[in-house]
Amino acid sequence: MSIRYIAFRLFIFALIIWVAASLNFLLPRLVPGDPITAMLNRLEDQGMAVTNQVELIAAYRERFGLNAPLGVQYVRYLAAVLRFDFGYSITSFPTTVASIISASLPWTIGLLSVTTLLAFTIGIILGALFMWRGTPLLLRLVTWFLIIIAPLPYYLIAIVLLFLLGFTLRWLPATSASLVNQMSGFNWESISKIINMSTLPALSILLAAVGSWALGMRAMMITVQGEDYITLARAKGLSERRIMLGYAMRNALLPQVTALGISLATVVSGATLVEVVFLYPGIGRALLTATNNLDYPLIQGITFILVVSVAVGVLIVDLIYPLLDPRITYERR
Amino acid sequence: MLANWKLMLGFLLLGLLAIGALGGPRLIDEAATQPLYASFNKPPSAAHPLGTDDVGRDLLALLVYGLWPTLSIGLIAGTLGTGIGTALGLISGYFRGPVDLVIRTLSDIVLTIPLLVVLILVASFTRTTTITGTALIVGLLAWAGPTRAIRAQTLSLRERAFIRVAKLTGMNDFEIIFLDLLPNLLPYILAGFIDAIAGGILASVGLQLLGIGPLLIPNMGMTLNSAFAGGAMIRGYWWWWAPPVIVLTVLFLATFLITLALDEIANPRLRGNAA
Repeated sequence: MSIRYIAFRLFIFALIIWVAASLNFLLPRLVPGDPITAMLNRLEDQGMAVTNQVELIAAYRERFGLNAPLGVQYVRYLAAVLRFDFGYSITSFPTTVASIISASLPWTIGLLSVTTLLAFTIGIILGALFMWRGTPLLLRLVTWFLIIIAPLPYYLIAIVLLFLLGFTLRWLPATSASLVNQMSGFNWESISKIINMSTLPALSILLAAVGSWALGMRAMMITVQGEDYITLARAKGLSERRIMLGYAMRNALLPQVTALGISLATVVSGATLVEVVFLYPGIGRALLTATNNLDYPLIQGITFILVVSVAVGVLIVDLIYPLLDPRITYERR
Repeated sequence: MLANWKLMLGFLLLGLLAIGALGGPRLIDEAATQPLYASFNKPPSAAHPLGTDDVGRDLLALLVYGLWPTLSIGLIAGTLGTGIGTALGLISGYFRGPVDLVIRTLSDIVLTIPLLVVLILVASFTRTTTITGTALIVGLLAWAGPTRAIRAQTLSLRERAFIRVAKLTGMNDFEIIFLDLLPNLLPYILAGFIDAIAGGILASVGLQLLGIGPLLIPNMGMTLNSAFAGGAMIRGYWWWWAPPVIVLTVLFLATFLITLALDEIANPRLRGNAA
């Protein structure tokens, strides 16, 4: 792995963070009106009288440095964002955006890392088994079913599972909302509750994601099957099993790792909405609260943290990839 | 190409949805999509085949009148995303050099940023509530995928003999791009377009689940949003949320079949594997 490659990946990473932060800075300033006036208008709509409006707005503008030149504001904003300082949430005022995020982020990361790894592994095995003659018919049918539902968005599968398993059969809790409040401390009871409420969201993501990995792996296996080294391995009289594992699967696996990096953005978007469907206490639900109340600082904080998480994931995949495939270097073609 | 059953089935399903979207409103009175049209929360009956929602709108009417707005979000966003993507991909792949580096880096960045996340940010700040507004935002953010695909194909096409011949005969870059490259890229552009339609609808419905976007005009996302807000799940009103879910499922399956078929046409190795 060349220094050049690492440097370029790090540069892209920094660029992504910068774009996301700048977008956060620019958007509120591009639309007419400012948040304080909007808040006051909302209070008036709700029938509250606000006296000294003009003075109040002026005081707030001064307090938040909105009278400073735009360039100064921008630098201050970037500095704050790099410290993950997004100010206060409007809906739950004394709470900072950062503390809401740090309370909900572990839930999302836990759910996503487990389901993504499971979906990737299961999908790749199913896709590879497709090419193996000894695979039982039932397994083939299951794989086909998973491939057919793969294009469906996570949230549609979540809605159907919520109805079937949560409300009709009542096998699993339909919403996480009440379970979170019952938890206390780190003990077996809490862990079993976490598993209980995470199963439906996790199952939705798994069902939606496994198929596309299987499909991609199947395509790569077909491509690899035509290669000379497979023919040679057969001619040498190697066992089918050895050809499958050591020759075909190993080579077909590489592009799947790249795909893992690219798909992270989709997975995060999809999982966010699954959380909304099940009211799972992660970033997605925090985002739902934020959008329902037009809590702009919270929306900005959450969207920024989501972009950063995906960028970190992609960076890790990019840096691992050359270790798996020594042929990859960063070269200008 | 026409013998491919996946392609045929995909277009058939899309066609059925389009017929329902364009023909349905002729059969049903638009007044039925308004609140207080019928009594609230009624299960399917002869008068209201799909029942009514919690403000007395006829759900069949909402479904039929909502089809076209939903499809049009996909069409507008798809056209915009594929259009920008094709142009950038062609420029990047054909001219290469510093332009390529800039476009490639840009599309890498956009691909890494979750579309839905930016969409939420932009839509909540601009407070867009129209179909066109949402579609434009989605379309302007959905060009990175097509750019990448078209660039890769252009890179391999430009090395082929017929492009070199075209250069020797004195065609300029403009002519080569439009007369030689573009026709050969059509299957990829079509696949990108179909993908972008599905992506646009997926993103806009996702946005509506969060309560942002076009929630005032009948469309699939609006019905789903109101079903969730109205507790259709807990109260067991399946007729409220199931129809949009089924329509969206058909839509995503159709677009998936078409892209799968176009993939097979472009990569013959994938074709005809019975397993």
